[in-house]
Amino acid sequence: MELLMAIVAGILFTAAIYLILSRSLIKVILGTGLLSHGAHLFILTMGGLGGSAPPVLLDGVTEYADPLPQALILTAIVISFGVTAFILVLAYRTYAVHKTDDLNSMKGNDEHD
Amino acid sequence: MEFVWFIFLPALAALFIPTLFRRVTGIHTGWFVLIVPVVLFVYYSTYLPLTASGDHAVSSFDWIPSLGISFVSYLDGLSLLFTLLITGIGALVVLYSIFYLDRHKEKLGNFYVYLLLFMTAMLGVVQSDNVISLYLFWELTSISSFLLIGYWYTRDGSRFGALKSMMITVGGGLMMLGGFVILGILGDTYSIRELISGLSDYSGDPLFTLAAVLLLFGAFTKSAQFPFYIWLPDAMEAPTPVSAYLHSATMVKAGLYLVARFTPIFAESSVWIWLVSGIGLLTLMWGSFFAVKQTDLKGILAFSTVSQLGLIMSLLGAGAIAYHSDDTLFRLAMFAAIFHLVNHAVFKGSLFMIAGIVDHETGTRDIRKLGGLMSVMPISFTVAFIGGLSMAGIPPFGGFLSKELFLDSMVALKQFELFNFDTWGILFPVIAWIASVFTFVYSFYFVFKTFTGEKKFDKLPLKPHEAPIGMLISPIILAISVIALFFIPNIVGKWLVAPAVMAAQPQLYSLPSEAAVHVQAWHGFEYIPMWLTVGVIAIGALLFTSIKKWQPVYGMQPEKLSLNALYDGVMTLSEKGMNKLSRFYMNGLIRTYLLYMFAFFSIMTIVVLFAKGAFKLDMSSLSPITLFAVMNAIVAILGTGMVIMSKNRISAIIALGAVGYSVALFFVLFKAPDLALTQLVIETISVALFLLAFRHLPALKTHGETKQNKLVNEIIAIGVGLSVTLVALSAHSNKLVASISQYYKDTVYTEAGGGNIVNVILVDYRGFDTLFEIAVLSIAGIAVLGMIKLRLSRKGSDDEKE
Repeated sequence: MELLMAIVAGILFTAAIYLILSRSLIKVILGTGLLSHGAHLFILTMGGLGGSAPPVLLDGVTEYADPLPQALILTAIVISFGVTAFILVLAYRTYAVHKTDDLNSMKGNDEHD
Repeated sequence: MEFVWFIFLPALAALFIPTLFRRVTGIHTGWFVLIVPVVLFVYYSTYLPLTASGDHAVSSFDWIPSLGISFVSYLDGLSLLFTLLITGIGALVVLYSIFYLDRHKEKLGNFYVYLLLFMTAMLGVVQSDNVISLYLFWELTSISSFLLIGYWYTRDGSRFGALKSMMITVGGGLMMLGGFVILGILGDTYSIRELISGLSDYSGDPLFTLAAVLLLFGAFTKSAQFPFYIWLPDAMEAPTPVSAYLHSATMVKAGLYLVARFTPIFAESSVWIWLVSGIGLLTLMWGSFFAVKQTDLKGILAFSTVSQLGLIMSLLGAGAIAYHSDDTLFRLAMFAAIFHLVNHAVFKGSLFMIAGIVDHETGTRDIRKLGGLMSVMPISFTVAFIGGLSMAGIPPFGGFLSKELFLDSMVALKQFELFNFDTWGILFPVIAWIASVFTFVYSFYFVFKTFTGEKKFDKLPLKPHEAPIGMLISPIILAISVIALFFIPNIVGKWLVAPAVMAAQPQLYSLPSEAAVHVQAWHGFEYIPMWLTVGVIAIGALLFTSIKKWQPVYGMQPEKLSLNALYDGVMTLSEKGMNKLSRFYMNGLIRTYLLYMFAFFSIMTIVVLFAKGAFKLDMSSLSPITLFAVMNAIVAILGTGMVIMSKNRISAIIALGAVGYSVALFFVLFKAPDLALTQLVIETISVALFLLAFRHLPALKTHGETKQNKLVNEIIAIGVGLSVTLVALSAHSNKLVASISQYYKDTVYTEAGGGNIVNVILVDYRGFDTLFEIAVLSIAGIAVLGMIKLRLSRKGSDDEKE
């Protein structure tokens, strides 16, 4: 199972990086969305997927899923939502001001402020 | 009381200067500053009897003991001599500056802060016994010199000169650090005293000569030796008190100090002797010859300083010869070096101050416009006359005595039988004599071109008059010292020079009195230097009177072949080259930067995983694959593919949502109900948000990306994906340490009183994480609001519009 999930996480990352490297602003945003999904699965897989019960104390249950990655991912989900919202609005403002979503035409350096 | 702290007294005083300057407007800030060098001078003078008896005082403070770095105040004859020069000349210069710099027009706060900072740095250089703290203070002198040269920072020349001096001296300082580190490794200590006492253990090492050469780079750049001297003439853009203090009396002598201090270590190296004496002599010749070319008063003095520093340097090189011969003939050189160093500090200080006075009272330093000032500025002329003649080496002034000692030492070099001196040694007295002739010429050129001859007052920017008495006090004191040095050389020799000589050649003498040379003005008719001096005066006078006829010689040197042109060329070239290089890899495209990062990340990860044997796949610990998981994985992969392939926004967003929901399903399958719930809620909101925002964005476009770009993107993307997969598997298979999860499982009920472990971790064990998570969300929320609501006007001010 871990092998399968590691491959799924890898595919998500591959797709995410490919989108992030493109010139279109929209694709970059889609890429960040995929990246966070990939990261969550990545963390979960590293911890191991073999738990037979959710990490909630119950009488008679001794084998829980690892709670640590879950706690990390829970935080990560919320944070990535904040980031996604921020990037979306940033993209919206960028397009409103510059009238383009081509990242190549948005390059800047010291010479022009 | 640990007297090592006195080094920091000026820097401490500097803290109060800006406040004093702003609050106490009625009094020139310089008067407060003056207290510092005067107090230090008096304090350090009390150590004179100690050093004169050949003893020393040490006070230290551990700075970084684990690395063997400490602040040490080591006072022996050599460091005390320099300390007294720094504080003594410092006091006179501060006094002079009070009248030179107008308290209403100048930024005195800055000026005195830099000056006091320099004082601390310089005291640190000459008193440090630890080479690392010596280096620290050394670079601090370069930095304060940079600030002082650039004091009038609105002038192009000041900024250029400041940068030039910094580039050259700091560059040399860095090489010196290399020398120090080599010495530190060879001798296994950073203490100079311990390096000297353990010398025999490491002096045969092949790196020893390299250390000597690196150290000399530091000394030569600082002391403006050929070919590094080019920064000194440009440093003359500094206010004249600074030129008098840093660029003639103290900082430029730091290189001489360094050479003298390390003579006991390196004297046995023939490379050291040849470099120090040879470069010194070349600098002496070069500086004195080109001094006559200058038209700026301070320019003449700058080249003269270069030349005089070369003179002392060559004597220090000759002083190292005393280690190789029992003949007392060669013991004269070190004494002559130190004695001339004192003389030079005194007469050159007075001459710089006079140059400043002339500039101040006439409005120009151009010697072609000056002339006949003697009638209106008699006191200044007298001081210049005394200083100039001392520089030329004419009795009855101090410079005459040290000049004769110098010529005597140079003549003696012919007798030395090692290192090819018996054949090449004849060059030393010959070059020394020619340089002395030019020294005579530029001294007279400086004094008499300015103060005698045709009066051209109508061409001067200001109507010339004698300087106020306050400004004249310091040069007069120095001029009196110049005369005093001629009449009481042996008292100065006993108290100041001989202890310093002993400190520079500790293996040769056990008492300062053994190092003392009886200095006298008259040696009888058989004394060769006397006849050399007569020759200098005769030929010099001849050359000076015919100066108009041969001065055009200087026009023959093409500008393009000068060292300055070389420096400028190197600077422009490196600036352009660096600019081109930066522009090449920093092209302003976000994709390029991301490519660097992702490529580096994946290459590093994969290489390290396999090179270190960290990759491991433990098939036995894998959990069984379920049908649901496989189906869900297929959904996720298909959704991902659709996000990439889709040609319109809506289908891409829906595909992204599908991936999100499949991730939520994974959470269900892997027994993470909290995650699944959160993911479902968040995914729904996200999709809504995407749809809302994308309405305002243009349709998906490829912007004509090339095939090549796409291929690179694909390779990098696959590399990152591959490294993620490998890391995930390795992390799962290599459990090097026990997870903290077990602790949470065990204590969640007893310690935190909860049943849902994930929830308890979030709100209890890792409560701060959750708090910061909320903070991040709030910041994101504020930023979103700000971006939607706020509009920046062209001027950059916030200007809210609905």
